[in-house]
Amino acid sequence: MSLIINQVDKAFESIQALSQVNFEVREGELFGLIGPDGAGKSTLFRIMASLLIPDAGSCSMLGYDVVREYRKVRQIIGYMPGRFSLYMDLSVEENLAFYARVFGTTVEENYDLIRDVYEQIAPYKKRLAGRLSGGMKQKLALSCALIHRPRVLILDEPTTGVDAVSRREFWEMLKKIQAEGITTVVSTPYMDEAELCDRVALMQKGSLLAVADPSALAEGGQKLLYSLRSAKGVYAYLEQVRALEGCRHAWLFGDELHVTLRSEGDAAGIQSAMDQWDDASLQWQAIVPNIEDRFMGLLQQESEVLSGKEGDI
Amino acid sequence: MTGAGEHIIEVRDLVKKFGSFVANDHLTFHVERGEIFGFLGANGAGKTTAIRILCGLSYPTSGEIMVAGHDVYKERERIKRKIGYMSQKFSLYEDLTVSENIRLYAGIYSLGRQEIHAREAQLLERLGLTHIKHRLIREIPLGWKQKLAFSVAIFHKPAIVFLDEPTGGVDPITRRQFWEMIHDATQEGITVFVTTHYMDEAEYCDRVSIMVEGRIEALDTPGGLKQSYASRNMNEVFLKLARK
Repeated sequence: MSLIINQVDKAFESIQALSQVNFEVREGELFGLIGPDGAGKSTLFRIMASLLIPDAGSCSMLGYDVVREYRKVRQIIGYMPGRFSLYMDLSVEENLAFYARVFGTTVEENYDLIRDVYEQIAPYKKRLAGRLSGGMKQKLALSCALIHRPRVLILDEPTTGVDAVSRREFWEMLKKIQAEGITTVVSTPYMDEAELCDRVALMQKGSLLAVADPSALAEGGQKLLYSLRSAKGVYAYLEQVRALEGCRHAWLFGDELHVTLRSEGDAAGIQSAMDQWDDASLQWQAIVPNIEDRFMGLLQQESEVLSGKEGDI
Repeated sequence: MTGAGEHIIEVRDLVKKFGSFVANDHLTFHVERGEIFGFLGANGAGKTTAIRILCGLSYPTSGEIMVAGHDVYKERERIKRKIGYMSQKFSLYEDLTVSENIRLYAGIYSLGRQEIHAREAQLLERLGLTHIKHRLIREIPLGWKQKLAFSVAIFHKPAIVFLDEPTGGVDPITRRQFWEMIHDATQEGITVFVTTHYMDEAEYCDRVSIMVEGRIEALDTPGGLKQSYASRNMNEVFLKLARK
């Protein structure tokens, strides 16, 4: 195992940021931590990077405890925090040289590892980091996190606020880094990125909801999920669908509605109700849930369990 | 849609230069009253520059631009009174309470004391936030914050609300509830001008423009764009257009 997180708790004053977090990341794996803001992802990453001490539980990197053996841990990890850790008043090449020297190596020694990423920003190597666009800062930060050839790479929301094209390019880079044998743990609020990971942990409010490979996770809630499409657009149908007997949840989902039934037996009744709606373009069919469906399902299960307990803040 | 066909935003040949760099390169488009207009583009394509001009915060280099019936060169203060604005990065004051934020923004738009009082109560009731109205913004969850920020941005019933990446980082259910609020606002006649990096959200817009390197490369309904670019969804359309 590259990384073992064992029953980790962390609180900040009255806020429980992490409770009983437990998972393992295998050697060479591309592992995703998926969850919205406030789920506890950054807190967990800072513990993994030895920058924060857990209140309870333990965390080890390649067998080294992140509290007792933090010096060793810091040598073997590359950490890219959510807010860029670049020196804005140093140039691109100065930033890279600085990070190399801190780890007692040189840019030349590991250049082959960062070549693909760095060559995209090399034309601007004399520019101050503070003057780079968001996408270029991201590439420089990744180069700096990799320059000492870490064995485990920890990336905290590298694609937040980044456009769909740049996000895709970034994930292509992560696949190449994985091919170099580097274990990568990456967090993201974008559910579509979960599908690109070997395994993912879904997180919400400091707790893990599930840990699995993306396809196994998707299979969890099968047979109850349906999609509705219409040439007239689906927004107009949202309340109508929610009012149907047998509809447990209905949500907008791109140009579809995704509808979760209460039980498999409700499908026929809903189908015949829809036949009365006089829209020949309606398409109603069972679908296999994707990660986002699954995550929403887990969130709803949780809120149904909690309902009755008013005001959870 | 009320008054379909009426152009609440009219942009002709908008150019904005910073030195020799052309951030907006002859943009021409309009937004219809009551529609949800998606303003998409890669980072650095020039979206923020254009939004700042439409909100009366910066002057264009050239072009004719009317927002809610007012000229962006001569009537910026009038424009500011008729629009609302919200972004994910900044919207509410963290060190003021829920109630104080509502009253601050309502006051800026010169709503009367009694009106503020009545509508604040209504708003809190509808959002289910009455029990936390004296909590500081920094103490409430992001999802609630975003919904409140949107409600505050349209509290003065603006003609247009500009939403700059309003759903970044929020959970998938809150994101959808947020879009239901956007749809509700259009029922009240408010025009919505929105940017996002979530491509499923582009599907919720009536029309979508996609900016590439300072120009509008495509503008149509989501259905029309998917057809023109032979794509199954807006993500594919975006990937085909945004990097050439």
